[in-house]
Amino acid sequence: MTPEELEQIAETEREEQSKFAHSIKVCVAAGCVSCQSLGVKEAIDEEIKKQGQEHVCKSKGVGCMGLCAEGPLVSTDNGVLYKRVAATDAAEVVASVTGETVSRLVCPTDVPFFQRQKKIVLENSGVIDPERIEDYIAANGYSAMMRVITEMTPSQVIDEVVKSGLRGRGGAGYPTGLKWSTVAKATPKKIKFAICNADEGDPGAFMDRSVLESDPHRVLEGMLIAAYAVGASEGFIYVRAEYPLAVKRLRTAIRQAERLGLLGHNICGTRFSFGIDLRLGAGAFVCGEETALISSVEGKRGTPRPRPPYPAQEGLFGEPTLINNVETYANIPPIIRNGGEWYSKIGSEKSKGTKVFALAGSVENTGLVEVPMGITLREIVFEVGGGIPNGREYKAVQTGGPSGGCIPSQFLDMPVDYESLAKVGSIMGSGGMIVMDNTSCMVDVAKYFMDFCMSESCGKCIPCRVGTYQMNELLAKITRFEATQKDIAMIEELCDLMKNTSLCGLGQSAPNPVLSTLRYFAEEYKAHVESGQCPAGVCGDQHS
Amino acid sequence: MLAANSFDYAKPVPPDLQDKRWRMVDATMRRLGHQSRSLIETLHTVQEAFGYLDEGALRYVATSLHVPLSRAYGVATFYHFFTLKPAGKHSCVVCMGTACYIKGAPQLLAAMEKDYGIAPGETTADGEVSLLTARCLGSCGLAPAVVYDNEVAGKVSAQNLRQHVAKWMSK
Repeated sequence: MTPEELEQIAETEREEQSKFAHSIKVCVAAGCVSCQSLGVKEAIDEEIKKQGQEHVCKSKGVGCMGLCAEGPLVSTDNGVLYKRVAATDAAEVVASVTGETVSRLVCPTDVPFFQRQKKIVLENSGVIDPERIEDYIAANGYSAMMRVITEMTPSQVIDEVVKSGLRGRGGAGYPTGLKWSTVAKATPKKIKFAICNADEGDPGAFMDRSVLESDPHRVLEGMLIAAYAVGASEGFIYVRAEYPLAVKRLRTAIRQAERLGLLGHNICGTRFSFGIDLRLGAGAFVCGEETALISSVEGKRGTPRPRPPYPAQEGLFGEPTLINNVETYANIPPIIRNGGEWYSKIGSEKSKGTKVFALAGSVENTGLVEVPMGITLREIVFEVGGGIPNGREYKAVQTGGPSGGCIPSQFLDMPVDYESLAKVGSIMGSGGMIVMDNTSCMVDVAKYFMDFCMSESCGKCIPCRVGTYQMNELLAKITRFEATQKDIAMIEELCDLMKNTSLCGLGQSAPNPVLSTLRYFAEEYKAHVESGQCPAGVCGDQHS
Repeated sequence: MLAANSFDYAKPVPPDLQDKRWRMVDATMRRLGHQSRSLIETLHTVQEAFGYLDEGALRYVATSLHVPLSRAYGVATFYHFFTLKPAGKHSCVVCMGTACYIKGAPQLLAAMEKDYGIAPGETTADGEVSLLTARCLGSCGLAPAVVYDNEVAGKVSAQNLRQHVAKWMSK
């Protein structure tokens, strides 16, 4: 494969696509598939034949279009988006590409949900067919990798990433360029590894799944560029077994890339070789922590170990290992294509670029959104998200899953970036955002997360193993209205202890939901303890 | 549940030579070069083929990959995805992700407990239905979500759930 041959594939594919005057795109990502979108696609295919349009109109399965709650989504090339399409609507939808739009199914796209987004990671989501490499190549796919391995030196690639200001999208926000240069400088015993962390374990987060389902080749390309930059020759994608569709599409994508010689030995005739294999997670939240993930890839129980040595020095099988999140890798191809400087102009001062959020809970527009960093919470919840349904009142946004916190209304105008979120006691996390209204009890929410951390604690270190259990018991006591002020003091003490003495991020951040609710919703705790009441009416009988 | 036994270093024999599903397991181990690091991948294949991991399977995999049985058992019990008990004929997985939780997933579990007397991880006495929970299905837009035999259903109410399960039980 040469750059010319790659361009040739892109040309052929574009020509092939231009043969059809019209196209109908049907979302085939997990959200819509669970609303029977595959049946809709079949019905549309049949209808195209029935109406004699098979030479001018073509249907195509595409990735996530974002508005998951309104699925199945179908878009036509005259810019109309249809929501909640059923198989029985197929005839009208097919007829609409040349005639009248079906007004009862139309989903308006001139609303803030679509207008306020800036798509970099998701630029191909909802546009290309995730199961065809040609479609990705036609959308400039693999051109960044081609340029990197034929024209750039590894240090030039790293410079470009440093310039972009990209920070790890897994949650902690470590500068990606810095991580890459550390791995690049490390000397391996045999080889170096590059790992993609797709163990998206936070409840309420589904960004990585969507990226993998909608645009798997983008992640492979990002990994290839990273591997070239740091000198890695073997790669693993550690993906949750709970995401069967993502696993299937990744397998297809790897096979297709190998067949075209974009993955494997001597890629594109250069001396650069890189292979990618999948490793399935088996339902352990702690495996999102990098040392636990490495242990799991090695086929062992996923328990973390103390750092240093960091994986950049001693990781998988004791070799220097680069670990990045799915979204981080997905950002790499556009950075190389458009330059680090372009990327650094997007976002806020210390947090560059965009972030994909999974917006869920009590919000009108549930789904996937990509917004520039530095946008305010109010804009995300009330403009992009469309506000709280059923006339209820905003109470809090929970970010960062079990490691994050609940953000009350007084911080709605705060910009969303790594530093600001940390300041109010939450974290960016991988990007799950759960909106809660006044029917949610914050004590109950804190207990929910503590229960999660308790069952996910790997048991290696005592502060986490015992701390989460005791904390869960104490919180349960509060929800049963049996607690006293002394118990609250005990919770605070335990929080401090766990934060400072746990081995890994799971235990260190497990107190966050409790601390943030204690800080901002102290009156709710007080009502439970002093007057035996739950202001939201959640706690009581069902917990006993 | 695993009896102590001497370790067999001879070429391991699958628990049931007639059962062709062991060929799938062997193929996975062969593809990964029978290395100890392929333990988790192999257990995935076993569970896919048989639905659960029993003692014979764990012994066979451990011996084939040259890992102590204790490590195979440790891995099989560490990860939530692996199960050591056969599942019911039908499975009902209630998502307990944050979005589903605040939209009423606990009520769904309470309904199952009340009507059929099964808690998460348990199977009805007649072996028809297993109730499971998932950490997050990533279908937060459809909260609360339930997976009936690999088919995701969204916006499930306790009544929907009862109807669906009652249909299975009456057959």
